[in-house]
Amino acid sequence: MKKFTLSKPAKDRYITYGMLAVIALVVQLYITYGDASRSFKGLLVPTCVYILAAIALNLVVGISGELSLGQAGFMCIGAYVGSTFSVMTEELIASSALRFPLALLLGGMVAAVFGFLIGIPVLRLRGDYLAIVTLAFGEIIKSVFNNIYLSTDKNGLFFSIGVESKANHEFDAATQVDYIKGAMGISGTPRDSTFLICMVVIFIAMFVMLNFIDSKQGRAVMASRDNRIAAEAMGVNVTRAKMTAFVMSAFFAGVAGVLYSHNLNTLQASTFNYNLSIQILVFVVLGGMTKMRSVMIATIILYVLPEALRGFNLSNYRMLIYAIALIAMMLINNSAAIKRVREFLRAKFARNKNVGGEV
Amino acid sequence: MSSFFSYLIAGISLGGIYALIALGYTMVYGIAKMLNFAHGDVIMIGGYVAFTAISTMQQPVWIAVPCAIIACILLGVVIEKVAYKPLRSATPLAVLITAIGVSYLLQNVALLIFGSQARNFTSVVPDDFSVSLGSINISGETVVTILASVAIMVALTLFVNHTKSGKAMQAVSEDRGAAQLMGINVNRTISLTFAIGSALAGVASVLLCSTYPQISPYTGAMPGIKAFTAAVFGGIGSIPGAMIGGVVLGVIENLSKAYISSELSDAIVFAVLIIVLLVKPTGLLGKKINEKV
Repeated sequence: MKKFTLSKPAKDRYITYGMLAVIALVVQLYITYGDASRSFKGLLVPTCVYILAAIALNLVVGISGELSLGQAGFMCIGAYVGSTFSVMTEELIASSALRFPLALLLGGMVAAVFGFLIGIPVLRLRGDYLAIVTLAFGEIIKSVFNNIYLSTDKNGLFFSIGVESKANHEFDAATQVDYIKGAMGISGTPRDSTFLICMVVIFIAMFVMLNFIDSKQGRAVMASRDNRIAAEAMGVNVTRAKMTAFVMSAFFAGVAGVLYSHNLNTLQASTFNYNLSIQILVFVVLGGMTKMRSVMIATIILYVLPEALRGFNLSNYRMLIYAIALIAMMLINNSAAIKRVREFLRAKFARNKNVGGEV
Repeated sequence: MSSFFSYLIAGISLGGIYALIALGYTMVYGIAKMLNFAHGDVIMIGGYVAFTAISTMQQPVWIAVPCAIIACILLGVVIEKVAYKPLRSATPLAVLITAIGVSYLLQNVALLIFGSQARNFTSVVPDDFSVSLGSINISGETVVTILASVAIMVALTLFVNHTKSGKAMQAVSEDRGAAQLMGINVNRTISLTFAIGSALAGVASVLLCSTYPQISPYTGAMPGIKAFTAAVFGGIGSIPGAMIGGVVLGVIENLSKAYISSELSDAIVFAVLIIVLLVKPTGLLGKKINEKV
């Protein structure tokens, strides 16, 4: 009988899927039948949002080897687009089973378009430009969305950046509805994000990204990460490869933003600041920057643990510990001196083993 | 028209501060080939040192300002030795993430020590320094900032082009390996670069906090990013480029604040960065270097 075997990457993928399924099942059973506390339930959707944002960022940082600091910006776009869509069509499309997937898709697509536009100037360059441009992009997005006003009345749609033109606009007071209110953001988004939907979205995202990594395009991305010149010489279109990864990452970050915004009563652009981008980056870096699964696990540990320890007055030190962990991780993994120590230890233990074998 | 000139002069003064910060970025980038993300936060620490010396310890300005500068120099050199030097041969991504970690660390240390609330910074410039040109009033801070930045830029240009250490810096930034073979102490030159960059950050911190008389743990972040934008605008690695870029960016920011929208001025500044990268990726005065295999 022919033995059923799987290749190593395929096996690895199934372990990841299995893990997701088990987490989804166990947690869902616990919140349905167990006595899950309010704070535990409150943590579920944000954790999923962070997982999605982190695995999406890993596609850029880990797989494509570029640093993006604009993850919060893409989430912001997704959140605003998704929320606006849901609020405006709440009466038109009554069923949330139809409306929410549309909102997710729309939020992701708009974020992906922005990712493409940002990618054009930057991915042609090498070095640290992507980091600084995505950072700048995140700040632009935050300050623009903080000043957006969107309303409707019977005369149609009104949209402005900056409050002055809204103040000068004459509305029909009876039919005026404000959707986006500048720094006050969007309120009244239907709370469609449930834990199960989030897990399904993560599952789909994981499936798409893992297949992408194993595809021809994905290998091209990793080749250009490892050696840009060699990859170019082999005929890889480096810009295109990196662009694909970047746009895909922006898409899923946008989707994460939609999930996030449909879990809140009030959405404000100021949430999506530089700190959020850094926090997601920490999850990716401490997750090892290679495997999607490790990034996911790191996110769960790093996000849930400090939240659980909130009672111990640790929250003040949380960011400090993140920063130290980030530096320590880089120094341990990359410093020449520590590499020598590690090799020395490895050689020593290997010799001992040999000696033992001979006796 | 006179209001336009006063905005313009305030913009040049802001641009002078950006130029001082941008010089730190550009010199470090030229020599260590790394983006020192923590530079903006070194400024913030310098500002807090000056704040503590003036407001808490009631010291005069001529003690507080050198204290801030020395603190920045020490901090810059220590950061280089502890965090960046072990990573000389590591990938650029690892160095960049470390730099972000350092930046984050400094912000959070300041947050724990001084709290998140912004404090009022007492200006180091006496009131009677302000100048009136016809109908335009120029504040003392603006006058001092412009004079100080011009003096520092002239001194720095002379130092880099006419002293042995300055020429060593140029040589290391051109080709580190060859410079080492010529007997230049590369490690010392890199430390010197960090020291000079951080000293400029120290000066910039005092000027910045005097012009916008407040200080918080996030004071350095925004000017840091904008100064980096200025460095890219002028051509990263080029010293005159950083000076021009800083001044141009400061003027753009102040004029857009005055005439377009005060909330969107940051967005406009960053949009300039993206446009520059699209049109001329090497910046105004940058050189295109072909990579050798």
